[in-house]
Amino acid sequence: MSKILIRGAKVLGGEPQDVLIDGDTIASVGTGLSGEAVEGAEIVEADGKVLLPGLVDLHTHLREPGREDSETVLTGTRAAASGGFTAVFAMANTFPVADTAGVVEQVYRLGQEHGYCDVQPIGAVTVGLEGKKLAELGAMHESAAGVTVFSDDGKCVDDAVIMRRALEYVKAFGGVVAQHAQEPRLTEGAQMNEGVVSAELGLGGWPAVAEESIIARDVLLAEHVGSRVHICHLSTAGSVEIVRWAKSRGIDVTAEVTPHHLLLTDELVRSYNPVYKVNPPLRTERDVMALREALADGTIDIVATDHAPHPHEDKDCEWAAAAMGMVGLETALSVVQQTMVETGLLDWAGVADRMSVKPAAIGRAAGHGRPVSAGEPANLTLVDTAYRGTVDPAGFASRSRNTPYEGRELPGRVTHTWLRGKATLVDGKLA
Amino acid sequence: MDTQHDKQQYEADARPVLEAPDIARVLTRIAHEIVERAKGADDVVLLGIPTRGVFLARRLAEKLQEITDRKIPVGSLDITMYRDDLRMHPPRALARTEIPGDGIDGRLVVLVDDVLFSGRTIRAALDALNDIGRPRAVQLAVLVDRGHRELPIRADYVGKNLPTSLRETVKVQLAEEDGRDTVLLGAKRTSPGEPQ
Amino acid sequence: MQRHLISAADLTRDDAVLILDTAEEMARVADRPIKKLPTLRGRTIVNLFFEDSTRTRISFEAAEKRLSADVINFTAKGSSVSKGESLKDTAQTLEAMGVDAVVIRHGASGAPYRLATSDWIDAVVINAGDGTHQHPTQALLDAFTMRRRLVGRDAGIGQDLAGKRITIVGDVLHSRVARSNVDLLHTLGAEVTLVAPPTLVPVGVEAWPCEISYDLDSTLSKSDAVMMLRVQRERMNAAFFPTEREYSRRYGLDGDRMAKMPEHAIVMHPGPMVRGMEITAEVADSDRCTVVEQVANGVSIRMAVLYLLLGGNEPAVTHTRTEEK
Repeated sequence: MSKILIRGAKVLGGEPQDVLIDGDTIASVGTGLSGEAVEGAEIVEADGKVLLPGLVDLHTHLREPGREDSETVLTGTRAAASGGFTAVFAMANTFPVADTAGVVEQVYRLGQEHGYCDVQPIGAVTVGLEGKKLAELGAMHESAAGVTVFSDDGKCVDDAVIMRRALEYVKAFGGVVAQHAQEPRLTEGAQMNEGVVSAELGLGGWPAVAEESIIARDVLLAEHVGSRVHICHLSTAGSVEIVRWAKSRGIDVTAEVTPHHLLLTDELVRSYNPVYKVNPPLRTERDVMALREALADGTIDIVATDHAPHPHEDKDCEWAAAAMGMVGLETALSVVQQTMVETGLLDWAGVADRMSVKPAAIGRAAGHGRPVSAGEPANLTLVDTAYRGTVDPAGFASRSRNTPYEGRELPGRVTHTWLRGKATLVDGKLA
Repeated sequence: MDTQHDKQQYEADARPVLEAPDIARVLTRIAHEIVERAKGADDVVLLGIPTRGVFLARRLAEKLQEITDRKIPVGSLDITMYRDDLRMHPPRALARTEIPGDGIDGRLVVLVDDVLFSGRTIRAALDALNDIGRPRAVQLAVLVDRGHRELPIRADYVGKNLPTSLRETVKVQLAEEDGRDTVLLGAKRTSPGEPQ
Repeated sequence: MQRHLISAADLTRDDAVLILDTAEEMARVADRPIKKLPTLRGRTIVNLFFEDSTRTRISFEAAEKRLSADVINFTAKGSSVSKGESLKDTAQTLEAMGVDAVVIRHGASGAPYRLATSDWIDAVVINAGDGTHQHPTQALLDAFTMRRRLVGRDAGIGQDLAGKRITIVGDVLHSRVARSNVDLLHTLGAEVTLVAPPTLVPVGVEAWPCEISYDLDSTLSKSDAVMMLRVQRERMNAAFFPTEREYSRRYGLDGDRMAKMPEHAIVMHPGPMVRGMEITAEVADSDRCTVVEQVANGVSIRMAVLYLLLGGNEPAVTHTRTEEK
């Protein structure tokens, strides 16, 4: 078995330590590791870089099957490895929809074959994401893919009865429903956050209440049926208040925020550049600040990318015609460093918690989100936090380039990623 | 003129070639010539070309009225949108075109301008007139003819023939616009924003 | 950005006054036997209409022809947001044909802005109405009509609309005319009040430089001009208001309401009017109603805009605010 010695890494941002990987496992962690144990080990000089457990993304769109022109499992997992991720949860809105054991197994196997990152498929809650009939949730759970997270993401499970049944049903095997909270009637024709900017631009308004009303309903449903519920890409200050209230009541709710909602506001839409078109929409400065605070205090449990690749032509058009979504895997950690670490809201241990430990726990991703200590699986990410660079989508591993950060300076860069001891990223280059 | 300072500098450097009394005298002479050539000026319409041609046309109209004891129709003809150099500059603000009530059809139109130079302004004016009506004849009166024609155009009434070089500028100032009556001959400077 | 006219908000006061003054001179061309100027000879202008609007297209076409431009009409009928690529493809086709300006009407807010700021096309872009965003030439012709009626045809030259009280009534939410007018009238110093049922006022309107009222009767006596916006009957079905009758009773302009307006005050409408809905026939046909004048003024305003953007080697309008965006 091959050995790797990472020398002088700040584990979770702490004092520099050496970490020895032996095979697929962390063999030891300590200062000045030497002697027989490290003999023959490949040396990686961390030189003050920060070592984190491999990042876990609970919300990724890999597009395969069906939209291989925007992303495939291969390109998406390469992008994930570039961004420091060792596991991603692939959303169900593919063509065909991942609403059967067959589709989720296909996606799962593709991830295993390529080997850049574990791919854990998310199953659709309802057949065809149509919100009418429950998909075979149990069959997907029992499949080789072992699905535990179910979501109609892209669409809201807006029928209260269907939502209730789904919440109840998945209790049988410890599943969780991840809700895309968007009241459909309140968002008909919606193009951007409803507020001062939408009023001026004449773009259909997407009111915060369309998200908040569904979250309020679903936490109450979860409480009523004694199930857990996960809220996808929470985007408003009001949603934060509702989740905070629900948690204080002991409701088993978890919530995610995307990197872009931690940084960008609807003011950017004034450019009418569809690269800023995303669902849920970019909100206001006030919302951004509330989301950061909630991520810091744990009201929001995790960061999830909502990596949503789209081909160039779907963004190179007028706003109303453009697809919604942004790629995010390769910039997520940098955005979190800028918005949470450099603002003093989170330390690196906190980042590890929000981007690895908690998402792995919510998704029940075995072997991920574990402590960086001896005997644990060697899923690790090494980050050069001192790096400053300008985002250049031409260098992305993702097949798509629809990033809102092009030309923007962001801090930090993932230099190495190890998946069970196997390097998937070395010195910033995919292995 | 770019600035007030430039304007003062230009005026200090420039040499007056006609002063107020000279201007009054040549306008009187032109008025008499018009009456003589138009055989009483019965059907004359004066159209000034903005800006200073309009003031000159009004002054001529007054003098014609003194001579003939009849009111002479006077108006203005903006030629901006007929210029042949539109594409060489930003669009200019338009000036007023004011055709006297009875129109110009069948009448003798006398175009009035301050300086006759390349002839392009008058070419544009003839085009503009063409869109407004059909005069019996068109004549041209100018305060100064400085030569250097680029088109086959000549004035019928000239206040002063002023031989100039292309390195010189001619600037007409009139009381209505500039506070005083004078014609200045100056040297062209290399900076842009030249008069004329 | 200086080369385009995308939003009324981009115009400075001096730009707007220059356009109005220029339009006043253009209007005089309409009184001549030959209503044509050679100014844009050799320039090619495309009227690119993704939405039906015969009135606006004819108005632009008349303006273009009076200035001797070569005019191409392109009506992409039935086009919708689902045909997103077609805007880019169409633009590039037109670019390849060497057009100098594109007058665009599009159902998607921001489409003209996108056209002007993308690398799809190099031509001058003039917004002839985009979605529920802007319709700057409509606002300019409205301001022109107000200045003529409230300040005077000759007295208005060089003047703005300082202190004039303008009331805009109706479906503000879905109206690019309202947005453009609020921006331009504010720039010109007028005081604007929007009157509508609360359902037809956008969330976020508090940032607009105007007052909001839900009560038409209380604003009429304080108005120098009342602009009625068209209210589409279909809005009723989306629960914006209960019935046509109730809308008319609360927000329609009839003879009794018109009588409450000051004697000099005018009634405006961008057309087409829905008689019996937002305006009664009695008001629409009265001397105080400027609908027909607005149509005539539209041609003059569009001639002025075309001349100032295309008549020289560079535009005469500054558009400072769009640049800052």
